[in-house]
Amino acid sequence: MTRSTVSGATAAPRSRRSRAPGRLAFLGPGLAYLIVLLLVPLALLLSYTVFRRGRFGGVVYEVTGENFTRLLDPLYLGVIASSLKLATIATVIALLVGYPTAYLIAQLPRKWKTVALVAIVLPFWTNFLVRIYAWIVLLSGPGLVNSTLEGLGLGPFEFLYNQGTIVTGLVYSYLPLMVLPLYAAIERLDPQLREASANLGARPARTFVSVTLPLTLPGVVTGCLFVFVPSFGNFIIPELLGGGRSIMVGNLVRDQFLKARDWPFGSTLALALLAVLVVLLLLQAWSARRA
Amino acid sequence: MLQITGVSRRFGDVTALADVSLEIRQGEFFALLGPSGCGKTTLLRILAGFESPDAGTVTLDGADLLGQAAHRRPVNLMFQSYALFPHMTVAKNVAYGLEREKLPKAEIRDRVGEVLEKVGLSAMAGRRPQQLSGGQRQRVALARAIVKRPRLLLLDEPLSALDKKVRAEMQLELKRLQHEVGITFVVVTHDQEEAMSLADRIAVFNAGRVEQVDEPVALYERPRTPFTAGFVGASNLFAGRACSAGLAADGLGVLPGASDLPDGTPALLAVRPERLRLGVGPGGASGGGPGGAGALRGEVADVSFYGGVSHVSVVVPGRAEPVLVATQGATQVRAGTRVVLSWAPGDGVLVPQ
Amino acid sequence: MRRSRLLYVPFYATYLFLYAPIAVLVVMSFNSGDSPYSFEGLSLKWYGELAGNAGIRDGLVNTLVVAAGSTVLSTVLGTLLAVGLARHSRSKVLDAIGVLPAVLPDLVLAIGLLVFYASVKMTLGLHSVLLAHTVFGMAFVAAVVRTRLTHCDTSLEEASRDLGANAVTTFFRITLPQLAPGITAGALLAFTLSVDEFVIAFFTAAPTEPTLPIVIYSMVRFGVTPEINALATLLLAVSFTVVIVAQRMTRLTESLS
Repeated sequence: MTRSTVSGATAAPRSRRSRAPGRLAFLGPGLAYLIVLLLVPLALLLSYTVFRRGRFGGVVYEVTGENFTRLLDPLYLGVIASSLKLATIATVIALLVGYPTAYLIAQLPRKWKTVALVAIVLPFWTNFLVRIYAWIVLLSGPGLVNSTLEGLGLGPFEFLYNQGTIVTGLVYSYLPLMVLPLYAAIERLDPQLREASANLGARPARTFVSVTLPLTLPGVVTGCLFVFVPSFGNFIIPELLGGGRSIMVGNLVRDQFLKARDWPFGSTLALALLAVLVVLLLLQAWSARRA
Repeated sequence: MLQITGVSRRFGDVTALADVSLEIRQGEFFALLGPSGCGKTTLLRILAGFESPDAGTVTLDGADLLGQAAHRRPVNLMFQSYALFPHMTVAKNVAYGLEREKLPKAEIRDRVGEVLEKVGLSAMAGRRPQQLSGGQRQRVALARAIVKRPRLLLLDEPLSALDKKVRAEMQLELKRLQHEVGITFVVVTHDQEEAMSLADRIAVFNAGRVEQVDEPVALYERPRTPFTAGFVGASNLFAGRACSAGLAADGLGVLPGASDLPDGTPALLAVRPERLRLGVGPGGASGGGPGGAGALRGEVADVSFYGGVSHVSVVVPGRAEPVLVATQGATQVRAGTRVVLSWAPGDGVLVPQ
Repeated sequence: MRRSRLLYVPFYATYLFLYAPIAVLVVMSFNSGDSPYSFEGLSLKWYGELAGNAGIRDGLVNTLVVAAGSTVLSTVLGTLLAVGLARHSRSKVLDAIGVLPAVLPDLVLAIGLLVFYASVKMTLGLHSVLLAHTVFGMAFVAAVVRTRLTHCDTSLEEASRDLGANAVTTFFRITLPQLAPGITAGALLAFTLSVDEFVIAFFTAAPTEPTLPIVIYSMVRFGVTPEINALATLLLAVSFTVVIVAQRMTRLTESLS
């Protein structure tokens, strides 16, 4: 700074002076946007949790604890529990299917690796609703699965509109998000570590349990979060594949906003959903630091 | 005894190993030496069980090795990258192989403690590999392999990742350990000094073939192929045809050398830089010098001093590359000095081409 | 090392699972019959029906308007933010705010924006969806551009500053050209995400101006019609083309740099 005042006429020290305005020019617009359209809305949601509902939607600014008491109603706790259950089952299945897949992709020759990875990601880039719709066509009463089974002398079965269909839809929708971080973790693993384990007398299963799995655990955790988070807050899959009943928190939140018009309670439910995810993220950060 | 017979391995169009046969004795320190891509690492991986040969057999003390899965072989490998398990402590890394043998806990503890003491790492037992220096990691890798008391220990470029000072220490340590534990060691290296200083015998590999198997001194002084002469130690190589006095070199006249080759055989004459004598003298015709030894005349192009030794490169008319001379201590010659090069006939080794 | 054959079962099952439903949709879209379930013969009938469907056409136009607008806004804001965060800030809090829209459940962001729009008394329409999509679009652009920035040589920027250029000149003459592939990838990502986005649009769009995903949603909710098969096939074709072209392009830029 002192140099620039001394030789202010020369061009060279200009860069030093323009540092603070430069900072504002880069960070200013984006942050301002995020403050107004992200932080303020979240703060609004948070504040609504302590207010009473308005008669026709909106909110009456009268502090109350009733939203939280209502949250503890077994009806709502049950929905939160069943959301946790369905999201957990979907995550576990995605992991069990995704791990061997990611493992094999990582062993493929370079050229085929890219093809296999793109093939995993491709469905993910196609419209979410279209993919869900495909399952309706497949599984519905006269659908392909039933007609095939009928040809074998079985069925017809009611596949749609139960919790199994919801889990199928969740796994189908978010499997790519499980495979990618797993692949990244397995790919990073030095293949010599597995060779070293075999060289020291470990059978392949033992090598997997003692070496491969612990060293790819960060990928497992990331993949599980990537599947669990969007599954837990989902409302489209339970609605379209689950038969439209309010079985998951996402449906409850949607209904509070668009049907019951109870924004304070809807906000409270949404923040409860968010709180569960934050707790999970903190657990993950804590376990990552311990490892 | 390790018996390798007719082992071949191809990767697509590349021949990694072509009909390789070797006999490695019990308790021997054996080196596979060659440039990168010569097939030595492939052979090591075949011995460890990570590759299978297309043809050939390998037996250890008479028992077939190739039929056994990698994890059942009485063969342990010290990886070039060490391949220490980053999520386990030093003690856990070393214990890993013993746990696979389902030994009692107390025995595992004793043997781990013993081997860590042997490599001087008792104080580091509770550390993770990331917290160790390169030399320490290597000791852990070594301890992890020898604690299994294998009949054959393979070492992949064991010193390459270490800096110069630690290298010298490790070199001594490896030899000491090999004496103590009496295991057969097979080391793979591209560094001829490493091979020379460690091994009882060396196999020189080139393009998937064994060029020569010999003791270090013999290999150095009596190379039998042009590749060995060039690869093992710096050599001055002269091309020409064998004759009774040595070699009739292309464009340089007759150069002295010991030969049992028939006259006229195309051959290379190899002369080690330290065997060359440097005489300061006026210019003249090449051939026929003092002491009856053949001589070359030329002009010093460059002198570099390496502490104990000086390297002098001499440009000789009629030869494209300069001739390299190593002399003890500092030398008086300087760039531009006219010199005479001579050597005893016994120091010129003829290699058929 | 040899791999167990058993591992290949989940491997192939995964791909079968991912592609079987899609394949069924594509096949059924060429069905000449009225049933969405049984294939009667080849025909382009449903593509014709689709072309005549005004609701879908309007939805598509709305979606493209929203996606184009929010992509432009996201790209500008996201690029500036990425450079700002990487070069002009060491704050962990600002970093966290920058990635928050990408990790926040879409439902929470959607109702937050709905509540916000209501409290500032903004009427809903395409503009409200566009502004909403920019929130996450910007975060994804910033993330992609930042990855690219970390691979860029900072000494180039320092050299520019050393030669007398100020931060803004350095940005336009030195940083931006280096970032071009990252910005393109980010913009492509923001566009694709916006075109596909349903939850936030569902909460922030006006009922009279639905985006394409909202149109699809109402069609699916009211039952299965073969027209959706045709629409789905077209959407799939577009997505596949974009992804494959993007893949080729990144490989091309990678091989060039």
